[in-house]
Order: sequence, then structure tokens, then C-alpha cells
Amino acid sequence: MSTYADPYASSRETTEGTVFSVTGGDWDSLVTEIGQAKEERVVVNMGPQHPSTHGVLRLVLELEGETVTEVRCGIGYLHTGIEKNIEFRNWTQATTFVTRMDYLAPLFNEAAYCLGVEKLLGITNDVPEKANVIRVMMMEFNRISSHMVALGTGALELGALSPMIFCFREREKVLDIFEFISGLRMNMAYIRPGGVAQDLPTGTVEKILATVKDLRHSFKDNEKLLVGNSIWMKRTEGIGYLDLAGATTLGVTGPVIRATGLPLDLRKIQPYSGYENYKFDVVTADTCDVYGRFLIRINELEQSLRIIEQCAEKLKSLEGAPVMVADKKIAWPAQLAIGADGMGNSLSHIREIMGTSMESLIHHFKLVTEGFRVPAGQVYSAVESPRGELGAHVVSDGGTRPYRVHFREPSFNNLQSTSAMCEGSMVADIIGAVASIDPVMGGVDR
Amino acid sequence: MSEDKQGMFGAHGTGDTSGYGGLVASAASAGSAQRPFGGYFDQVTDDLERAYPDFADAIERVVVDRGELTLHIKRERLVEVALILRDKLKFEMSMGVSGVHYPDDANRELHAVYHLLSVTNNQRIRLEVSVPDIDPHIPSLVEVWAGSNWNERETFDMFGIIFDGHPGLTRILMPDDWQGHPQRKDYALGGIAVEYKGAVVPPPSDRRSYK
Repeated sequence: MSTYADPYASSRETTEGTVFSVTGGDWDSLVTEIGQAKEERVVVNMGPQHPSTHGVLRLVLELEGETVTEVRCGIGYLHTGIEKNIEFRNWTQATTFVTRMDYLAPLFNEAAYCLGVEKLLGITNDVPEKANVIRVMMMEFNRISSHMVALGTGALELGALSPMIFCFREREKVLDIFEFISGLRMNMAYIRPGGVAQDLPTGTVEKILATVKDLRHSFKDNEKLLVGNSIWMKRTEGIGYLDLAGATTLGVTGPVIRATGLPLDLRKIQPYSGYENYKFDVVTADTCDVYGRFLIRINELEQSLRIIEQCAEKLKSLEGAPVMVADKKIAWPAQLAIGADGMGNSLSHIREIMGTSMESLIHHFKLVTEGFRVPAGQVYSAVESPRGELGAHVVSDGGTRPYRVHFREPSFNNLQSTSAMCEGSMVADIIGAVASIDPVMGGVDR
Repeated sequence: MSEDKQGMFGAHGTGDTSGYGGLVASAASAGSAQRPFGGYFDQVTDDLERAYPDFADAIERVVVDRGELTLHIKRERLVEVALILRDKLKFEMSMGVSGVHYPDDANRELHAVYHLLSVTNNQRIRLEVSVPDIDPHIPSLVEVWAGSNWNERETFDMFGIIFDGHPGLTRILMPDDWQGHPQRKDYALGGIAVEYKGAVVPPPSDRRSYK
């Protein structure tokens, strides 16, 4: 045992061995030290383990009194090497990895990636209509659940506790829908190259319509808590200012750029998965501040509900339609079904490959172990995620595995604007500014 | 285990004994496109040629593939062309830099790929710069699009491409003292074998591959 005495971790002997109590810095000596310093400048480290930095984000702040003069972000604490890992998996397996990047928007990760793979395969127009409708519906539900976390935690970080309780209650309802449809609440790898993993269970349309009605009612409670609330306005109005020029040069997208008045929404300007067939409005604000971004998220909820209702209408006439491309050389032969004990292999498919058709078994085996080949080339496919443009740069060398996939993560680019938003503001306003960017560190670091 | 015995049934190459994989097309990348390119691509290239007289010298190749336009550009001309694309052709936003490592592409091993978006004209194009592994320098575009800052740091971190003129080219995702650049093809994935009920599952990079 070392006898070295650490001023910040005093030790005592117990029967289990030495126990250290880590106490952090001694505040009194820090204050004395600062009092003796000639300059007012203090460098404060905020995070990566800080309750209000939205995950493992580290902010290095230079302060003059209570004014922030410089902000630097430290990221990389949640780097998981997903882009490297999927180079060693086949094209379909990669969906289970990318879904874990931005863990609040798994379906958008899958969609951006799968749209890229489909573009490389040249099957974009062969994806069945029902698969597209399901994708749109799931993405819009996901936008709601993601915005619920953004609004709930954003309010929590600024000291408003009740919205968190309400928002997470609504989010649960959306996650229940995900569980009902895909078997999983998060990270569901539901969207696959060529379509979606399995068809909707019976009774989906009724269930989603009931949930939409329920959500629309409960969103009103949420709005009453914060919209126009004078304390909330004082913490958010004019805070975290970023205008159009700044947002453009920094590559900022999503609610942050829409809060500068620019209706930049890929669902409208570069539609994918059939978004051109839905009626919805792009929500903007012109305040360039935290309150504007907050209002955009609040109002986007209603637009998402509108789209989901239109999806439900379309789904009524698509009963029994295919949800995966017809090409059996690409369509994953998973044939999953939701049984009493959750999602698993469809028994009728098992019966076919194990009992009646040797060719089906070979086909299944080859496709699952080897995967399909994707013609060489590179594409960029982008979707409008809750945080902005989520792009996938997908490169194939003609093999059964991705050669290189790079994700243009909206959280990553948007987080760069922290310095522009916060320098010159008060320390307390950093929290509101970062919350309004809504970075998800799983996406930032990948 | 003997070294020369690999794959099932003694098959070499793909290990494919069923013929399922079919004929393998050559993995050559898409060749240069001929006019007309289609869509707005003709107009974009025309406008760029008009605004930038050295077009023929700066642009090595124009590739149109799967409905996307790629301009392969010489690295010394990158900043000039980027400025013209931003100011004259209204590509206001850079959607980031993505690196790709092609170890077999002699003297052009490292590629930096820029995705540009024009909000005004609702257009997208891609710039691609190739540099040799032994001289991985590309001029930085931070002065053109400030948002390139983190993207270039990421590409440096992952591929070792050095962006000259970058205000602070340090690692961003990996720790500062990390050795090597993880996304390069010569950087091993790592991982350990896992034992499960007596069988050993090798790490992903050592499993059978169907390249």
C-alpha cells in the first residue's frame, strides 16, 4: 500500500483494504488562489460527467467573472468505431450497428444508411410502397420521441422539472408503438436495405390512430407548461443567438437553422421515401435563439402527427402488400414474426427451409452468411433527422461488405456552433444553448 | 491448423461453392462521364467553367454515377474552386469531409470527399481530392466553410490526411496520444476470440470473408 497522501482522495484502512474517498478540489483554497491572481480569467472544465451537458460532452470554458470569453468542446468520449466495425460486417448486418449511433433517432440512422445502399444497388424505385409508408411513419414517430427527449431534458437542465415527466410519458407511448411493430423499443434495426424487417402486426392502424389521438391531447399539456411561460422565456429568449450566415458557414442544419427563418427541410426540398406525397408544413422561427428552436420542436410534433395520420390512411389500403423488394437475391430471408415470447423466426419459414425445400435452405444460408454484393461506387444519401441533415456517404468496392461508410452527423456539425452561440454570454446560458442544439453524443462520436 | 488449407471444400478465392455469388463484376470505379451529364449537372459544370477559366486544368475528371455529380479536383486548386463554388455557384453549405483509403490506388491512396449543398438552387455536388500516402497534404477549407473545422480534424484523426492551413489540426475523436489512424485499411480492427460453449468465435476481422 502506498503511503502517498493525495489531498483530493483521503484514505482510511478497512478490513477490505484501503478505501479512498475522492472529494474533488478544495473550494476554499481555489477561491484564495483566484483572489490572489492578478487577472480575472478562470478556466473551468465542464463535463464530460456533468448532468446538463447532454451526455459525455466536455466544455472547456474561459470565464471573466461570470461572462464566458471562450468555449471549446471536447468530444470523443463515446467514440465506438461504428464506421470501422461495419467494414467487417455484411451490408445488412451494418444496420444493427448504425442504429446505435444517434440512439435517440435509430430509425433515421437506418434510413440514411439503407437509402444509400439501395441507391448503390439501383433499387431505390423497387422498394415497395408499403415499405416506404412504414418507413415514413416510423421516422415521424421517432421524430416525436426524439423531440420529447430534447424538450424534456432541455427544460430539466434549465430547472423546469415537470416537462421532463410529461415528455417522457409521451415518449413511452411512442416506444410502445415501436415495440409493437418491430419487437424492440430502441435500436431496432427495423429498416433494412430493400424495405423493412417485417410486416406490421394486425391491428397496427387502429393502434397508431389511437396513439396519435392520445399524443395530440397530451401535447397540449406540454405546451401549457412552457410556451409563453415568463420564467422560461427569460431563460431562453435572445439566448444562444446564431443567425443565418453563421449557421450556413458552420454547416448547421435542423431546428437550429430553421430558427433563423430558413425553411431548410430535406423532406420538402429533396424528398425521399415518398415524402412528396404527404401534406405537412416546414416549421420555422425568426428569432435565432433558444426559444425559437424550442418552439420549432413543439410545433414539429403536430406536423409529425399529421404525417402519421396520412400514413395510417395509406396503410388501410395496403393490407398484405409486400414490405421488402421482390428480388430474392437482396431481400433478407429473415421472415420474422412476433410470437408470444417476442420477435423471432417465423415458424412457417423454418418449416419450409428445414422440411420441404433444400434450395430455400441453401438460399437462406448463403444470403445470411455471405450477404449480397453491391456494385462498386459511392453515393451520398441524406435524411432530415430530428437534429438536421443526417447523411451517409456509402462506398462499395463491389463486395459483400461496405468498403467505407461515413456519417455526416447533424449533432457533430451543430455542436461546432456552441462557441459561436455562447462566447460573450453568461455561464448559465451555455446550458440553454447546448440544450437547444440537442446534441446526442452517440451520434457526435460514433 | 495448416496454413494452406482455407475455406470450405478446399475452395479458393471466394469460398463460394454454390455459384450463388454469380459473376463478380470488376470493381473499377465509374469512368469519366461524357456530356450531356443530365439534370442540373451540365448547368453546374458550365457555370463553373465560365466562372473559373482554368477548369480543364483543375478538374481531373467529371464523374456522373447513380444520379450524383463528382468533380475530381487537383489539391492545389481546391481552395480557388471552392471559393467560386461558394460565391458564384451558391454552394453555401459544406456537408463535411469524408475520407476514403484505397491502398491499391497507387499514388492516390487517400481520398478526401466533400459534399456540397446549394440551398439557393437546391443542388448537391461532390468534390473529391486524391493524395498519395507519402505526401498526405490537402489545403484546408476552413476559410471557405467554417464548419469544415471539425470535419477536417475528424478526417485527419481517422486517415492521417493533413489539412494545411487548418487553425488547429488535432485529434478529435481519438485520444490525443493515440497511435495510428483507425479508419485506414492497414489499421487492424482488433478484437479478441470469444469462447462460447466450447467453440471459439474469432474476432470479426478474422472470420471468413467473401470478398
